Amino acid sequence: MDNTYYNPADLKKFGNISELQPEMGRKFFDYYGEVFKEGALTEREKALIALAVSHAVQCPYCIDAYTSDCLEKGADENQMMEAVHVAAAIKGGAALVHGVQMMNKIKDLTM
Amino acid sequence: MPIPVKSLKAQHHPFANPAFQLEVLQHAGTEEGDFPLFGAKLQEHKLYPLQPTGTSILQVNVGKMCNQTCRHCHVDAGPDRKEIMTRDTMQLCLNALAKSPQLSTVDLTGGAPEMNPDFRWFVEELSAMGRQVIVRCNLTIILANPKYHDLPEFFKEHRVQVVSSLPYFSASRTDAQRGDGVFEKSIKALQMLNQVGYGQEGSDLELNLVYNPSGAFLPASQKSLEAEFKRRLKSGYDIVFNSLFCITNLPVSRYLDYLVESGNYSSYMEKLVTAFNPVAAANVMCRNTISVGWDGGLYDCDFNQMLELKVQPGTPQHIRDFDLTQLDQRQIMLNQHCYGCTAGAGSSCGGSTT
Repeated sequence: MDNTYYNPADLKKFGNISELQPEMGRKFFDYYGEVFKEGALTEREKALIALAVSHAVQCPYCIDAYTSDCLEKGADENQMMEAVHVAAAIKGGAALVHGVQMMNKIKDLTM
Repeated sequence: MPIPVKSLKAQHHPFANPAFQLEVLQHAGTEEGDFPLFGAKLQEHKLYPLQPTGTSILQVNVGKMCNQTCRHCHVDAGPDRKEIMTRDTMQLCLNALAKSPQLSTVDLTGGAPEMNPDFRWFVEELSAMGRQVIVRCNLTIILANPKYHDLPEFFKEHRVQVVSSLPYFSASRTDAQRGDGVFEKSIKALQMLNQVGYGQEGSDLELNLVYNPSGAFLPASQKSLEAEFKRRLKSGYDIVFNSLFCITNLPVSRYLDYLVESGNYSSYMEKLVTAFNPVAAANVMCRNTISVGWDGGLYDCDFNQMLELKVQPGTPQHIRDFDLTQLDQRQIMLNQHCYGCTAGAGSSCGGSTT
């Protein structure tokens, strides 16, 4: 895996980021753990949100981790793909809504 | 991956050999080295040697014959397996039970236990002895042949607790594990069980479902999945049931073959080892269960049975010599597959153990 920035084996070393800054690392992982606990949302719903966000931020580690997590939490393939479509719709929508800005500028610049 | 219709044994597959399975299990590890031995792990938590806490369940495997060949089956059961318990061996089980009143529950498994020609006689005898009978029914057997259509009524008559596998509330994931068309037939069978009163509110006829992951991942929290199963089965098919048991797949027989074949073996074992939970280890089912094989051999659990790891040498090895006082003093036989029962929330034939 020398010729790529991403190595799947690095995922399980995520915790090592605390080595260079233990206090912030600890605070981050405590917070992370707290976020994914069952609350007003179920663990399964949170896993699906995380899966959608993983696609939006295009993080291969996160996609790997939250695909497994969604399966483990009992989400089905349809729910998972719908979550990815939600991410895609927001990403696409975010690009397209800027079309209004473009249209405003066109208006400013043209007769 | 299509499901082979033949058992590993009929295919002369290397994983049909328990010694070869144990060889593979003992050499599991990552780049950093082999996984710690399960016994050593227990020792770290002062649980070694592992001993019974008081046996109350006799689990009887009445044979490897089955109408299905599920992808994950640790028994390597299927239509081509002919090893089934004789009525004589069943009688030896009844004799053992007669002298062991502590064994309040008899858990019948297989294969498809109903395919054993002496199954009904055995259930009738057990029921007459006043023991709680559990049958691990694969559901599709009820529809496999007209002679099985009245099984729900028969179960009802003997107040049998029915425990049935339904790995998911969708056809795609269920059929991928258990075979084409299994989901549809399972739904029909569940509706038949509901019709005679199983799983209904206020009824004493207990219907429990078993969830086990259709792939190389661990099960979710039992409570959360049970709520989801109840919601989806009720809204989609008007099916009700009592409890959902979440069971972790153990790396034995066909599931071990699946793990190796799909390239998931090391990472799955790593998941099990990393998720070791000492509380689950203290509650493993082998501490309150003894397993009997189709030929009368005695084992600590159904998984050890399939790996041909009999109970500790020096204690009764066969049901004809059954002596619960002696067996309750035994040390439980351990191996690397045992990590499957101690991962996360723990796993047993009755679901999570924590």
